[in-house]
Amino acid sequence: MRTWIALAVIAALVALLPLSGSNYFLRLATTVCMYAVLAQSWNFIGGLAGYPSFATAAFFGLGAYTSALMLAQGAPLLLSWGCAGLVATVFAAMIGGAILHLRGHYFAIASLIVAEMLRELINGMPDITGGGKGMNLPILPISVTAEAQFFFYSMLALAVVSAATAIVVHRNKLGFGLRCIQQNEDAANILGVNAYAYKTAAFSLSAVFVGVAGAIYASWVKYIEPPDVFDVLLAVKPMVMVLLGGLGTIFGPALGAVILLAFEELVWRNFLTVHAAALGIIIVALILFLPNGILSTLRTWFSRKEPAT
Amino acid sequence: MIYLQIAANGLVLGGLYACIAVGFSLVWGVLNVINILHGSFIVLGSYVAYFAYVHLGIHPFISTVIAGAVLYGLGYLLQAGIINRVITAPVLITLTLTFGLDLILNNSMLVAFTADYQSVNLAHPLGTVQIGPVFLPGDRVAAMVLAVLLTLLLYRLLRDSRIGRAIVAVRMDREAASLMGVDVPRINAVTFAIGAFMAGAAGALLSIIFPISPLNGPLFLGKAFIVCVLGGLGSVPGAMLGGLVLGVIESFTSFWFGPERAVTISFALLLVLLFVRPSGLLGRRGYE
Repeated sequence: MRTWIALAVIAALVALLPLSGSNYFLRLATTVCMYAVLAQSWNFIGGLAGYPSFATAAFFGLGAYTSALMLAQGAPLLLSWGCAGLVATVFAAMIGGAILHLRGHYFAIASLIVAEMLRELINGMPDITGGGKGMNLPILPISVTAEAQFFFYSMLALAVVSAATAIVVHRNKLGFGLRCIQQNEDAANILGVNAYAYKTAAFSLSAVFVGVAGAIYASWVKYIEPPDVFDVLLAVKPMVMVLLGGLGTIFGPALGAVILLAFEELVWRNFLTVHAAALGIIIVALILFLPNGILSTLRTWFSRKEPAT
Repeated sequence: MIYLQIAANGLVLGGLYACIAVGFSLVWGVLNVINILHGSFIVLGSYVAYFAYVHLGIHPFISTVIAGAVLYGLGYLLQAGIINRVITAPVLITLTLTFGLDLILNNSMLVAFTADYQSVNLAHPLGTVQIGPVFLPGDRVAAMVLAVLLTLLLYRLLRDSRIGRAIVAVRMDREAASLMGVDVPRINAVTFAIGAFMAGAAGALLSIIFPISPLNGPLFLGKAFIVCVLGGLGSVPGAMLGGLVLGVIESFTSFWFGPERAVTISFALLLVLLFVRPSGLLGRRGYE
């Protein structure tokens, strides 16, 4: 119950942000929500089941292009977003069936290649997708401010739904089974966890919200091209965020998203030419000094202090 | 006749691919680390050869040793100082760590050398070699021969030297090797350094063939991935076979479908291979 209340309070506080009136903050907040969705989604397969998936970029790009293609045919906005999520999920279930029997490094590489393949395919179909020229998306017939708020609330709603799903999954049989798979997949299999079905479910869960996020992103920025929406950093950043916040936790991914974005903004603004190296330094420092994420490190600090007082 | 020429081109390319991949494969097989840095190591090796040629007039074939030695030192420091701390952590941690290190190294190279493409223009190229109906550029053939020699040298090192046997022992069973008196952290560092040496040497050889830029790092890394999965992990003959197979396949697909499709096709091939034979062409099943 406490978790639900915490989620509701956080969501309500974030929802008040547009009152600040600053469009810059609104844009940042929308990005934070998007990052939170990506991180939360990756947590299903990477944090709970322990499968290092690089497929986030594939789902994101697939969602973005599904929605863009439907909008180009004159489909309603929300329908195109829903279909983007559906296409990403079906794709994940299909591709998951093929690559989830691989473990460790092999799975990581296979999932990475899936994104590369999709990018090359879309690049290679200029008649339908515009190829390397990219696609323009229609502009909404509302004012600029209203539009910015609309996309912010859409992303926020998606982040809340993904967090709520995470809470449910963490507590039911699926979450338990996935944690078993992470600790020892063979043992889990023998004890009656249908590892294959569970992994496929986790992989699909890691796709559905990312697909929708890609679709919202596409409608928001109005122009997409393959290197942008299939960027490998879209697959790596969620991992970093989850590692920052804490693997397999509920609020860790969202916290990681806030920290990473805050850091990115600082570095982008002040040291443009070395921003990649700065991200690299965070990653290295994070792994060497905070291997369990910020949440659990704080928790151990507090529990260490308690007996003393 | 044209097919013979294409196959020969593929084999020359393949010998270089084998040299690119063999160090990557060694690190993966022995340390169970996917070294994302490998692509940047190769590029750094190319830069060493480039600067040695432009400023000191040293032929890139000779700088293979210099570039290798520089990278050996860098690799040893990285493994002993940083990667060894988390070497037993899950895949995700080591993978992310080398990714972070790669961001730092690649960005530093971009700042230091810019993204402009550099190239080594040899003052005395070796001309063309004719073998029957096949014509090949002499420098490429010489680079390929050197690459294969280096790979064979590594093979002998692993089989015959004391340190090589220790590396193989760690690959087979880390705990058992440690109990038998092998200094595992040092072997880890030496293995990673040898992987970096091979990358640097390959980079020096490639400097006379491909343009040099930090942007090429991911490209080389992708090749190393594919070769490893094709040939199977951690074995030198596997990397050799994988490299030659990839070279020939790329050569033929470029001819039939155009060079821009060659990358997509090699990726598709890799996915299929992962699906039917995850342990590679020469790999053993169930050997992680």
